[in-house]
Amino acid sequence: MQTRKKYLFLTFLASWLLLFFFGGDKLRRFAFFSGRKAEVRRNWPHWTDRSLLQSFAEPEELQSDGDPSLPSPQERRAARLSVYKNSGCRMETCFDFSRCEKHGFKVFTYPRERDQPLSESYSKILASIERSRYYTPDPAAACLFVLSIDTLDRDHLSGQYVRNVDEKIRGFPLWNGGRNHLIFNLYSGTWPNYTEDLGFDIGQAILAKASFYTQNFRPGFDISIPLFSKDHPQRGGEKGWLYQDSIPPKKKYLLVFKGKRYLTGIGSGTRNALHHIHNGKDIVSLTTCKHGKDWEKHKDTRCDKDNIDYEKFDYQELLHNSTFCIVPRGRRLGSFRFLEALQAACIPVLLSDGWELPFAEAIDWGKAAVVGNERLLLQIPSAIRCIHPERVLAFQQQTQFLWDAYFSSVDKIHLPGLWQIIKDRLLPHRSRSRFLWNTLPGGLLALPDFSTHLGDFPFYYLQHGRTLPAPAEHSQLSACHSTSPLLPFSGSSPSEKFTAFIRAISPAGTLSQPILRLIQAVSASQYCAQILVLWSCEKPPPPSGKWPQTTVPLTIIQGSGKLSDRFFPYTAIQTDAVLSLDEHTSLSTSEVDFAFVVWRSFPERIVGFPTLSHFWDPEQQHWGYTSKWTNELSIVLTAAAFYHRYYHSLFTEYLPAGLRELVDGLAACEDILMNVLVAAVTKLPPIKVTQRKQQKESVPQQVGRGDGDAGTPPAGERSPSPPRSPPAKVKGTAGAAGGRRFSQRQDCLDQLADWFGYMPLVSSQLRLDPVLFKDQVSVLRKKYPRLEKP
Amino acid sequence: IMCASAKYNTRGPALIPRMKTKHRIYYITLFSVLLLGLIATGMLQFWPHSIESSSDWTVEKRSVHDVPVVKLPADSPIPERGDLSCRMHTCFDVYRCGFNPKNKIKVYIYSLKKYVDEYGMSVSNTISREYNELLTAISDSEFYTDDVNRACLFVPSIDVLNQNALRIKETAQALAQLSRWDRGTNHLLFNMLPGGPPDYNTALDVPRDRALLAGGGFSTWTYRQGYDVSIPVYSPLSGEVDLPERGPGPRRYFILSSQMSLHPEYRSELEALQAENGESVLILDKCTNLSDGIPAVRKRCHKNQVFDYPQVLQESTFCVVLRGARLGQAVLSDVLQAGCVPVIIADSYILPFSEVLDWKRASVVIPEEKMPEMYSILQSVPQRQIEEMQRQARWFWEAYFRSMKAIALATLQIINDRIYPYAAISYEEWNDPPAVKWSSVSNPLFLPLIPPQSQGFTAIVLTYDRVESLFRVITEVSKVPSLSKLLVVWNNQNKNPPEDSLWPKIRVPLKVVRTAENKLSNRFFPYDEIETEAVLAIDDDIIMLTSDELQFGYEVWREFPDRLVGYPGRLHLWDHEMNKWKYESEWTNEVSMVLTGAAFYHKYFNYLYTYKMPGDIKNWVDAHMNCEDIAMNFLVANVTGKSVIKVTPRKKFKCPECTAIDGLSLDQTHMVERSECINKFASVFGTMPLKVVEHRADPVLYKDDFPEKLKSFPNIGSL
Repeated sequence: MQTRKKYLFLTFLASWLLLFFFGGDKLRRFAFFSGRKAEVRRNWPHWTDRSLLQSFAEPEELQSDGDPSLPSPQERRAARLSVYKNSGCRMETCFDFSRCEKHGFKVFTYPRERDQPLSESYSKILASIERSRYYTPDPAAACLFVLSIDTLDRDHLSGQYVRNVDEKIRGFPLWNGGRNHLIFNLYSGTWPNYTEDLGFDIGQAILAKASFYTQNFRPGFDISIPLFSKDHPQRGGEKGWLYQDSIPPKKKYLLVFKGKRYLTGIGSGTRNALHHIHNGKDIVSLTTCKHGKDWEKHKDTRCDKDNIDYEKFDYQELLHNSTFCIVPRGRRLGSFRFLEALQAACIPVLLSDGWELPFAEAIDWGKAAVVGNERLLLQIPSAIRCIHPERVLAFQQQTQFLWDAYFSSVDKIHLPGLWQIIKDRLLPHRSRSRFLWNTLPGGLLALPDFSTHLGDFPFYYLQHGRTLPAPAEHSQLSACHSTSPLLPFSGSSPSEKFTAFIRAISPAGTLSQPILRLIQAVSASQYCAQILVLWSCEKPPPPSGKWPQTTVPLTIIQGSGKLSDRFFPYTAIQTDAVLSLDEHTSLSTSEVDFAFVVWRSFPERIVGFPTLSHFWDPEQQHWGYTSKWTNELSIVLTAAAFYHRYYHSLFTEYLPAGLRELVDGLAACEDILMNVLVAAVTKLPPIKVTQRKQQKESVPQQVGRGDGDAGTPPAGERSPSPPRSPPAKVKGTAGAAGGRRFSQRQDCLDQLADWFGYMPLVSSQLRLDPVLFKDQVSVLRKKYPRLEKP
Repeated sequence: IMCASAKYNTRGPALIPRMKTKHRIYYITLFSVLLLGLIATGMLQFWPHSIESSSDWTVEKRSVHDVPVVKLPADSPIPERGDLSCRMHTCFDVYRCGFNPKNKIKVYIYSLKKYVDEYGMSVSNTISREYNELLTAISDSEFYTDDVNRACLFVPSIDVLNQNALRIKETAQALAQLSRWDRGTNHLLFNMLPGGPPDYNTALDVPRDRALLAGGGFSTWTYRQGYDVSIPVYSPLSGEVDLPERGPGPRRYFILSSQMSLHPEYRSELEALQAENGESVLILDKCTNLSDGIPAVRKRCHKNQVFDYPQVLQESTFCVVLRGARLGQAVLSDVLQAGCVPVIIADSYILPFSEVLDWKRASVVIPEEKMPEMYSILQSVPQRQIEEMQRQARWFWEAYFRSMKAIALATLQIINDRIYPYAAISYEEWNDPPAVKWSSVSNPLFLPLIPPQSQGFTAIVLTYDRVESLFRVITEVSKVPSLSKLLVVWNNQNKNPPEDSLWPKIRVPLKVVRTAENKLSNRFFPYDEIETEAVLAIDDDIIMLTSDELQFGYEVWREFPDRLVGYPGRLHLWDHEMNKWKYESEWTNEVSMVLTGAAFYHKYFNYLYTYKMPGDIKNWVDAHMNCEDIAMNFLVANVTGKSVIKVTPRKKFKCPECTAIDGLSLDQTHMVERSECINKFASVFGTMPLKVVEHRADPVLYKDDFPEKLKSFPNIGSL
C-alpha cells in the first residue's frame, strides 16, 4: 500500500508538473483577469515565413527609376516655374540667380522719396544695409532689392501704415513682379484676427517677417526675423546679462511671466491660462487685465486681484532673477519679450504654436530655448524641473551667444541673419553647416569663401574631432620628441609650421641690417615653413641675389603701399600660423620658437611681444592707450605677433570697406584694428609672451618711458573691463617724435569704438613664460635658456 | 498533457475498487482536483478568443497567410486627402502622449489583417519583408506599447511602402476602418516609393486625412515641415552586400554615375562632363550583354567594361545621385554605404531626415541647372573636407540608412523630439560620427566670460587634524584681497573641530563642514556654501604662497575660468621601456597637470567630479586615498580639451604629495603609485586627455627691470 501510495503520489505530481509546463503560459495569462501587471507584452509576431516575404519593390524597380514617357528635365523645370508662384515660391522658381552671378551678392535700396516718412526701425534697417559691404547704388549690379517704402507696420490702424503700396510698387520699373526683392515686416493684420495679410501683393518677393506662422511661411524662401523695438541699437548693442556660470542655477525664480491677460480674442486661450501655473514661490506668473480701452467690459472675477499682484513685481527684476521665462504668444506669435529674455539669459519657454522661429533655417533653437506647446501649459513646470543643471547652464550660455552674435543690434539682425542666409542659398555647396551657425563665434564670422572645412578656422580645433592615433603610432611620435608628445588627444590642431610675414617700408630700397638679422633669426626656427616679405617701398626690391640665403623659401610680394595691405589674405600664406613682423623688429630664434609653441595652444588669439594697454579717459571723454610698461595689456602689436591666417580673410572680407579706408588714412591704426577685430570675435584678450630685454630699436615708443612715472592702477581697479581711468601722466609723457603717431592712435581707437558700437578690447594681466623661466635651476635643464640672457 | 492523463486514466479506475473506504474519499478528491485542473487547462488551450486577440500575439510560430481576412464593402468610407496645412499643433493630438518622466512616446501597432474587396480580391500584398522588419523593430523598441489606450502614435500594419503595389482607394478604405483612425489623427504611415505614372506625385497618393507621413521622396511643396518626416528609400542591397568601410585616401575616379535608366538629357550632360574631363569621370549604365544567371542589378557597364555594383562605388570620390521619376533614390543609400560623397542633383528634394541631419557635412547639393559646372564645383571642395564628408556619409548610412530598423527608430525619435523638445537629441548626437563624438570635446563652459573680479573666490581647505598648520594657512589665505569665503572641510570623524573661539579671526566668513566619512572626494563636493564661481583648493600645509601669488592666481583664473589654474605643476610622460605612462615631478620644461594642493578652478568641476566622474574613479580614489588631484586634472582636461595653467615660478614646496616621512624609498613608492593612477585613469577615460604645454603664467612685469613698487604683484616667487 505504501509503495502504491507513493507511486500514485508521484504520478499525481508528474501530471501537475506537465500541466504546469504545457499550460503554464496559458495559466499565466489567466492572471490577465486579475490585473494587467502579470501580462506578457504582446509583441509583433515573428512570422514563420518572414524570410519568404517579398521585398517592397523589385531591385530592378529601385535601381532604374526612370520613365521614358516623362517630360524632359528642362521641360519639367520650365513647367514648374509657372506652377509654383506667389504662395508656392521657392528659390528655384521665384528667384533670379543669374542676377547674383554676374556682380556677386549686392544689395540695392530704392532711393528714398521725400514725402514718404520712414519709421525709426525702417531707417535703421536701410542704414545698416547701406553701411554694409554688400551695398551697391547701382540697380543693374544688384542681386537683391530693398524697397524704400516702409512696410514694417502693416496694421492699418497704425499711424505708420503706408497706403496704396500696391499702386506704388507697380509703378517701380525694377519691381518685376517682386523678383529678387526683399520685403521687411514686423506687424501684420489687425484686431480682431491679426491675419498675416500685408495689405498688398508681395508677388515673388522674399518676405522677412516677424511673427511668421508656419503655414504661411515659404520654406527655404521666406525668412522669419525677431520682433525688435524702435529703440534697438543700430550697432554694437548691449551685452548679455549673464556674467556668471553657476551650477545649480542660483536664481531666485525658476519660471516667470509678467504680462497682459487677454480676456477675449486671438491669443487669449494661452494668456488666459498662464495664471494657473503661478505658485508664488519659484514660479511667478502675473497677469493684468488692463489693456485696450474697454478692458473693464470683459473683466472677470480674477481681474482685480491679479491687477494688484501684478503691480507688486518689477518686470526687469523678474527677468534678471529667473532661470526660465515664459514667452507666450501675444495677439501675434512673436513678442518683444523673446529678445528681452534672450539678452537676460532667461531661457525662453516658448508658448506660441506655429511660430516659425527667427532664422530657424540657421539657428538651432533647441539649444537655447524650450519650445513648449500651448496646449500643454500645465506640464511646463514639471518639464523644466526635469532639465538637468548642466543643460540649464548650456542653455544660458547659448542664449548669450545667440544674442551677441545675431540679435544685439539692428546691424546684426539684418546684415548677418538675412544676407548670409540668402547668400548661403545661392551657393549651396559653399554654405555654412548648421554647426557653424550654432557654435561660437557664429556663422557670420565663419566665412565660407575662406573655406568650408572646419579645420581651416582657428575656432573649432577642439569641437572638431579627429581620428585618434593608435597607441603604436603614438609612441613613435613621442620617440621623435625627446619628452612626452605634444600631440593633442582630442580635437584637431593647427599646422605645425608658420609663415613669417615681414613688412618692409623703409624708403632706402636696400636691405637694412635689422631686416637681415631678422630673416636669419626667423629662418633658423625649426617651425618656420617660409618667409614672405611684403615690399611696400616705392623703390623696387633688391634682386634675389642680395637677399640672405635661408633654408626656407623666401618670397617677395609687391605691396600697393596701403597700410591695410599687410592683412590681405595672400594665397602665398599656406600655414595656419602667420608671424607678422616689421622690418626693424628684433627677435631671437628662441623667442620665435617659444611664442609659436604658445600660439599652438591659443590659435584663436594674437600671441606676441610688444603690447599696449587701452583705457577710457573720463576727462577727455575718449579712448586712450599707453605703450608704457603697465601691469596689463590689451593690444599686441603686429610688429611681432603670431595669429591665425584666417584673420587676414576676416580683416579684408568681413570688415566694411569704410573701416579699412579709415585705417589706411591713419598711421599705426591697422594693428589696433586687427586687435579690435580679434577681440570682437573671440571676446578674449591677446597673449604676451616672454621677450628678451633689448627692445630699444624695435619699439621706439617704449624707449625712455620706463622711467618710473607710469602709474599703476590702484589695487581696487585691476578689473580689466573698461571704462577705467588712465594711468597717471600718460598724456604728458607723449614725446614729440612719437607724439603724432601716438595721438593718431588715440583717434584710431575712438573711431574704431564708434564703428563697432562698443570697445571690444579686453585686458589681460599675465604674460606667458617658459615653465622654468628664471627659476633657480641649472641652465642646462632649461629649454629656452637664451630668453633669460640680458 | 494528453499523454499524462491517458496514463492516469488507465491506472486510476483499476485501483479504486480495491481500496479501503477510508482511502477512497482521499483518492476521489485527488482525482477530481486533477480532473478539474485538466479541464481548466484544456479550456484555455482550445478556447481561441477567450482573451482579446491573444492568439494573434502568441510567440508561437505562425504564417502571415493565417491572419484574419477583412472584407471591405465597396461603399466603406474613404478618408479625406492629406491636408497640406497640417502641423503638429493643428492636426496632432498631444494629449494622447502626456507627460512622462522618460519622455518617450508610446507607439501602438495594429495587428496584421488581410484586406480584400467585395469580390475577395486582395487590396495589396499582406506585408512586405521590409515593412515586417520595420514593425518588428518598433515592437522591439522602447517606444512600443501593446495597449491601444495608452498609445500616442498608431502605426497601421497596412503596408504602403510602395504605392505601386497597392490599390489606392481600397487601401484608403482599409485605413479608415482602423479602430482608432479618427481622421488619421496620430497615425503614422511609412512610404518609400510614392506616386505613379504619369505625374509621379512626391507624396503618397492614398487619401490619409491627418495622418503623418514618413515618406521617401518629398518635394518642398508636399513636405509639411515639422509634421511629416522625410525618410530614405531603403536599398535591400544594404543587407546583401558587405562593403567594409574604406579609409581616406585617393580613389580611382573623381565622379561616378552609376544609375540606370537616367533621362537621356541628364545622360548627355554627364557624358559632356566626361568628354571634358576624361578618365576621372566614369558614367556607368545597365549592362546589355550579360550572360544568364547574373543579376543585372549587381553589374554596371561602361562600353565593354563590366563593373560590380555596388563595389564600384568605393572607387570614386563623388557619386552622382540624380532624380529619376521620383525624387528619392535607393542609390543614395548604396552611395553612402560605399563612403562615396553623394552629389545630389534633384531640385526641391527634401533630403532624408533633413530635420535633424546636416547634409552639408556629408553631401554636395547642386541645382539641376548647374550640372555642367559640377566638375569645377566639386574641385573647389578642400581635400580634408572630402575625407570628412566620406566619413560622414558612411556614418549616416550606418546610423540611419542601414536597415529598416534604423529608419524606423530615427523616424520615431524625430517625432518624439517634437513632442518632448526639452529632452530632444542634440545636433551633435545626430550628426557626429562616434569617432568625432569620442575625440571632440564640448566644453560645458563654452561662453567666453571673464567673471567679475568682485565675485571673489571661496577657499576650501581639506583638513584632518593638523590644526596648527591649518590655522596658519587660514591666516595666510585671509590676506588675499579677493577671498570672499573660507570653507574648512573637517574630514576627521573621530575628533571635533576646535571651538569657535580658537579659530583665527579673519575678515571673511569662515565655515566648517563636517564630513560623514574620511574621503578625499569630500574636497571636491559642490557644497552649497560655495557661492562664488571660483574655488581655491588648498591643502592645510600650504603656507608658502604669498598673498600676491594667490591674488595673481585668481586673476589668471578669471582669464581662464574653464581651466585648472594652479601652483605646483606636474607632467606625465610615456615610458618607452615599460610601454606605459609615468608620473614626473622633476624640474621639467613642460607641465600637464597642476596639483590641487593649491589650485583655482570653477565650481562646476566640483559638480562634475562628484556626479559625472567616469567609471569607478571616484570610488577608487576614495579607497586608495590618493590621486584625487590627478583625477581632477583628467576630468577637466577631458571635458574642456584644454591644458592647465601653471602660475608663478616653482617653489620648494614641502613635497605636498608625500605626507609624513621624507625618505627616498617612500618617495619612490609614491611615484609608482601616482604613475599607476595615470595609467588607470587613462584606461578608464579610454584616452589620455592631459595636454602638455611649455608655458606658465607670470604677471606682465615679472622680473622686468621696473620698480617693484609699481608692479601689481611684486611679491612673486619669493621663498
